[in-house]
Amino acid sequence: MTRILTLLTALLLASPLHAEIQIQDVVSSKGVDAWLVEEHSIPIVSLEIRFKGGANLDAPGKRGVTNLMMGLIEEGAGEMDARAFATAQESLAASYSFSAYNDSVAISAKFLTENRDQAIALLRSAIMQPRFDPDAIERVRAQVLSGIKSDLTDPKEIANRTFDKAAFGDHPYGSSRNGTLESVGAITRDDIVASHKGTFALDRLYVGAVGDITKAQLSKLLDDLFAGLPETGAPMLDHATYQLTGGVTVIPFDTPQSVVVFGHEGITRDDPDFFPAYILNQILGGSNFSSRLMNEVREKRGLTYGVYSYLVPMDLGELYMGQVSSANDRVAQAIDVIRDEWTRAAKDGVTATELDAAKTYLTGAYPLRFDGNGPIADIMVGMQSQGLPIDYIATRNDQINAVTLDQINRVAARILRPQDLRFVVVGQPKGLEPSN
Amino acid sequence: MNRLLAFAISLLAVTGPAFAEQPVTTFKLDNGMQVVVIEDHRAPVVVHMVWYKVGAADEPPGKSGIAHFLEHLMFKGTDKMAPGELSDVVAANGGNDNAFTSWDYTGYFQRVAADRLELMMRMESDRMLNLRLTEADVKTERDVILEERAQRIDSDPGALFGEQRRAAQYLNHPYGIPIIGWRQEASKLSLKDALSFYKTYYAPNDAILVVAGDVQPDEVKTLAEKYYGVLPANPNLPERIRPQEPPQLAERRMTFSDEKIAQPYVIRSYLAPERDPGDQDRAAALVMLSELLGGNPATSVLGQKLQFEQKKAIYTSAFYSALATDDTTFGLVIVPSQGVTLAEGEAALDAAVQQFMKDGVDEVQFERIKMQLRASRIYGEDNVQSQAQKYGSALATGLTVEDVRDWPNRLQAVTTEDVLAAARDVFNKDRAVTGWLTNPATQEAVSQ
Repeated sequence: MTRILTLLTALLLASPLHAEIQIQDVVSSKGVDAWLVEEHSIPIVSLEIRFKGGANLDAPGKRGVTNLMMGLIEEGAGEMDARAFATAQESLAASYSFSAYNDSVAISAKFLTENRDQAIALLRSAIMQPRFDPDAIERVRAQVLSGIKSDLTDPKEIANRTFDKAAFGDHPYGSSRNGTLESVGAITRDDIVASHKGTFALDRLYVGAVGDITKAQLSKLLDDLFAGLPETGAPMLDHATYQLTGGVTVIPFDTPQSVVVFGHEGITRDDPDFFPAYILNQILGGSNFSSRLMNEVREKRGLTYGVYSYLVPMDLGELYMGQVSSANDRVAQAIDVIRDEWTRAAKDGVTATELDAAKTYLTGAYPLRFDGNGPIADIMVGMQSQGLPIDYIATRNDQINAVTLDQINRVAARILRPQDLRFVVVGQPKGLEPSN
Repeated sequence: MNRLLAFAISLLAVTGPAFAEQPVTTFKLDNGMQVVVIEDHRAPVVVHMVWYKVGAADEPPGKSGIAHFLEHLMFKGTDKMAPGELSDVVAANGGNDNAFTSWDYTGYFQRVAADRLELMMRMESDRMLNLRLTEADVKTERDVILEERAQRIDSDPGALFGEQRRAAQYLNHPYGIPIIGWRQEASKLSLKDALSFYKTYYAPNDAILVVAGDVQPDEVKTLAEKYYGVLPANPNLPERIRPQEPPQLAERRMTFSDEKIAQPYVIRSYLAPERDPGDQDRAAALVMLSELLGGNPATSVLGQKLQFEQKKAIYTSAFYSALATDDTTFGLVIVPSQGVTLAEGEAALDAAVQQFMKDGVDEVQFERIKMQLRASRIYGEDNVQSQAQKYGSALATGLTVEDVRDWPNRLQAVTTEDVLAAARDVFNKDRAVTGWLTNPATQEAVSQ
């Protein structure tokens, strides 16, 4: 098991690597489930932990509370204040990071085999017994408020906030998970304690572990870490309703280059058309230099440094988004080109050559994602929370390769809706008329 | 917590010898091209990198941005490859590619299945000497780099402020110019400028090949000789001699004011020594100094004093770039709390540093940092690309493989006296630039 990937075939020049990850399902004696990849060549372990719900669970009027709570998790626990906790963590050379997203909160931990038990005991105290000391709350609140203030004058943030608000209104997706100056300013310690109680529960927990640890050791670790966690947490929200129409929104802002966020409604991760949609996007605006948008907007016309599009399938809503930045006197042209490419792909689809190139890229690039313990643990947690089967990695490239040109062009006509594209432009664009 | 701490330290102290690091092999081709092979057989993947020992600090006067512009143009094709074809071929083989430019080096890399290494070498060696450029390529790509400049620098007051501070830090050395170039110079870069820079510096005797991943050194050697070994060395490669800093005798201060600044801060950089071949001890002491002063806010000197005790800052940090060919910088930052002025913040920062010089180094914190550095070597083994980056960047700035291997030992050998001596040497305001980033609505005068 030192090899996490196995090369099965190298006959054809473009034959992709096959990712052969040996994932084991581990259920602890107390019933905690985790996926494990053993990799004993380096004496370290990466642990990825995710609780579904996240900042979507912010109580009404308390936007930002989950984010603030997660920022306080390592600011003191049990007997230790913030500085004692940090000292203990450094003494173990362990690293923990705590993040809040709209759909989940995430904990990434990395520690050495030789002090695994101590590293887990310390992490347990952070999750189970955070102190939320008043001085720590004020210190972290000041940091969060400073970030929110900076976002208010950041053109990219302004564009994203404007789009999200118009798309999702009062649903949490319609606002920043960091909250506003007002909402964060008003959060009390009781709010934070309530958020902690609603966030961490066994019914929404996903765990991935990779590294120098056996099945039996992981099983014990899971119980050491999570025993006593509540069975259930705060109730999940309903699906968000997309409310935005096509058109152009201009937010005047003093800057030499306009920042543009654009998009319309997207497609769910479990939609039968997801794979064709994913390949389609790779061809239209994917992340390498070969996409149509990159070719037309950057390579041929030099209108931007970068232009991308991406599917955003969230737990409670779906977007198909893109972004570009271009000089104020050229951004109108960049938007025209993007709209034309969107229309062309919807109407005429893609070519067989483009489809083949996208397939070889996507299938070949897939194994490159598994390039370290942390990334593999993260991928496994993503798979679990999306409800994908444990053998998904072995079948994923076959699913990509099975997509036909007819399928992808049918899906192009279905999901690309040029008339629904909304462009939010932050800057001083010339020759661009805002609509409604 | 003391028990836990002592336990951890005693265990980690004996970790080193039991742990086998990835094998690193190095050799030189007959034309002078250096090769480094880092083996990691956990996955059948390879990172193929070519580093040129040329960067923005080697540009001719008035041509700022040419090193970076050429990096973009290197994707425009050769006699054998059409514009964009290299990236297309990498993508069609399931790989990723990109490039980067610094003051001291320019690098190109691909990440791909290990059995595609030969194809990568064929294409990369081709563009080392056979780049073909047209006026149309140059014109369109120049628009792209100007958009890049607009996106990264001109739209971001913090980045503009950084550019101004750097220009003030270096009185004579070209480290003072921005990598992406001053706009008025970058907008005039020509095909001739690009080709002249390319022909001067792109040659095997100015390049380093780093191959990391599931490869054997002898197989890499055979391929490297086949593709890179046949390229002619440039006998006229200029020696890397740059204008050096004169004695810096006067403190520099500046205020950058912009309505888009929501969070003012104070940042000061001091001219500082860098890692030199066979002479890395002062740099090692400065790494320890930056960790002690401004590493983890909850345990560092500045964080504890200014964020936790005095509550005058919402963020503090110390930073040091050890890797550079010529004089580098050591820096301090304070982001004052609401209601604390920049003048008060700066004074508190200075007082905290002075107190540290007086009190000396906390031995327990010092040992904890060393122990974490030892652990970071183990964690580092999990990322082969960062290993490749470590060797490539060090060799391209003039260090040797031996220096890279010895660096962890140099860090462990630093004493608390070394740290204080390095601090006394580096904290000289005559060699420093102090910058205030502020908003006109709340601006304070910088004069004192």
